Amino acid sequence: MAEPVKDWTTDYDIFAREYIKNPFPIWDDLREGCPVAHSERWGGSWMPTRYEDLFNIARDTEHFSSRDVLVAAIQPPPEDAPEDQEAFTQYNVGAPPITSDPPVHTWARKLLLPPFSATAVAKWEQETRELCAELVDGFVKAGRADGAADYAQQIPPRVIASMLGIPKEMAGTFTEWVRGFLELGLTDPELRNQSALSIFTYLNEAIQEHKANPGRDDLIGYLLSATVDGAPVPEPHVLGTCFLIMVAGIDTTWSSIGSAIWHLAQHPEDRARLIAEPDLMPNAIEELLRAYSPVTMARYVASDVEYAGCPMSEGDKVLMNFPAANRDPSVFEHPDQVILDREKNPHIAFGVGIHRCAGSNLARMEMRVSIEEWLKRIPDYRLEDPENVTWAGGQVRGPRKMPVVWP
Amino acid sequence: MKVKVDSEKCQGHNRCFVLAPGLFKVDEFGYATPRGDGTVPPELQEKARLAVTNCPERAIEIIEE
Repeated sequence: MAEPVKDWTTDYDIFAREYIKNPFPIWDDLREGCPVAHSERWGGSWMPTRYEDLFNIARDTEHFSSRDVLVAAIQPPPEDAPEDQEAFTQYNVGAPPITSDPPVHTWARKLLLPPFSATAVAKWEQETRELCAELVDGFVKAGRADGAADYAQQIPPRVIASMLGIPKEMAGTFTEWVRGFLELGLTDPELRNQSALSIFTYLNEAIQEHKANPGRDDLIGYLLSATVDGAPVPEPHVLGTCFLIMVAGIDTTWSSIGSAIWHLAQHPEDRARLIAEPDLMPNAIEELLRAYSPVTMARYVASDVEYAGCPMSEGDKVLMNFPAANRDPSVFEHPDQVILDREKNPHIAFGVGIHRCAGSNLARMEMRVSIEEWLKRIPDYRLEDPENVTWAGGQVRGPRKMPVVWP
Repeated sequence: MKVKVDSEKCQGHNRCFVLAPGLFKVDEFGYATPRGDGTVPPELQEKARLAVTNCPERAIEIIEE
């Protein structure tokens, strides 16, 4: 176990149990007393918590690069390690465009956005709705379920598999791999690398299979047939983008769905309101995204810069604490209250600037549909034991074990 | 009253389109532009203000005429 944190301003630990469980008071203290904190843990980093600072840093891509967006330092492989054992070296690719800076970012993002537009995503709504209904129908009579493991976690991997054009039966395996990469693997380099290798190997096979049977109407087919400057998109790029779609589209969205189910379990008045006023749902989703923003990203300092009096050196890491920004009282009135019809809500749960989450419309659709289908069948429910809920955190925060019961 | 979208700032969050579909449209990348010449009918003025305050990129401006 790591040493307990004594001073959060100089020694924060985003993987500490108390931080993962309840980070809100810690953010409030930091915002007040030390708005850009620093820590040597996990490879060292800076951590802004004020909305304005997150806004400024996210938009300054010249000083703050996206070449490394993971919140914990990645141990370089030992010098003598065989090259084919390291996932990113073997496949010679990042996860574009999330790991790209301009100018590559510009075309890579243009390639990725159309299949994730609100209109394109609407085509997946019916299938998502049927999936959610089927999941709830499976446990509704039992009077109890794990809202995270039995529900939230089941939805995004299947939707992503459908979109990519790979079998939905693989959903459980994808979940395991993505958690191995983004959750458990962040503090376990070997697991992280093994998980990345499994994802790359699987997707590479799926891409080869698509090439052998061209013209399929799915995301892999779309990426393979797309062109950039008149030439096909390089295959390693297609692989990297598929990797991104899988890794960024699973953990994040199920965390948001899980947090929403967790909130509603404890707030009968909000449940009643959503059932009585279904038109409120889009606004309510934005508010739940604000209050329980799941994702913290990172930036890599590209050249020495002083920000808010902090001397940041080339190679330093900056944790993009979007969740803390979204509880900044200078922007949001009563930031710790969930107000479903909040009027002023310019939250940055999906980031801000050129790296705005490409899957935001998909995430919103999945959240809305999953909550609607749950409340339709289980309008009245509660946490079995609030103390028994477990959370994951660090890069992506959300409930992982959440037994709920209903009459 | 007119609305204006700064295309250099807009990153396609889609918030204005959801809040005020009568005033904004979005392209296949999610980037927003005002409908028509951006003129806001009186009954949509409140929506126009909501679009401004909810845009995370601060890309929308209201021009009073």
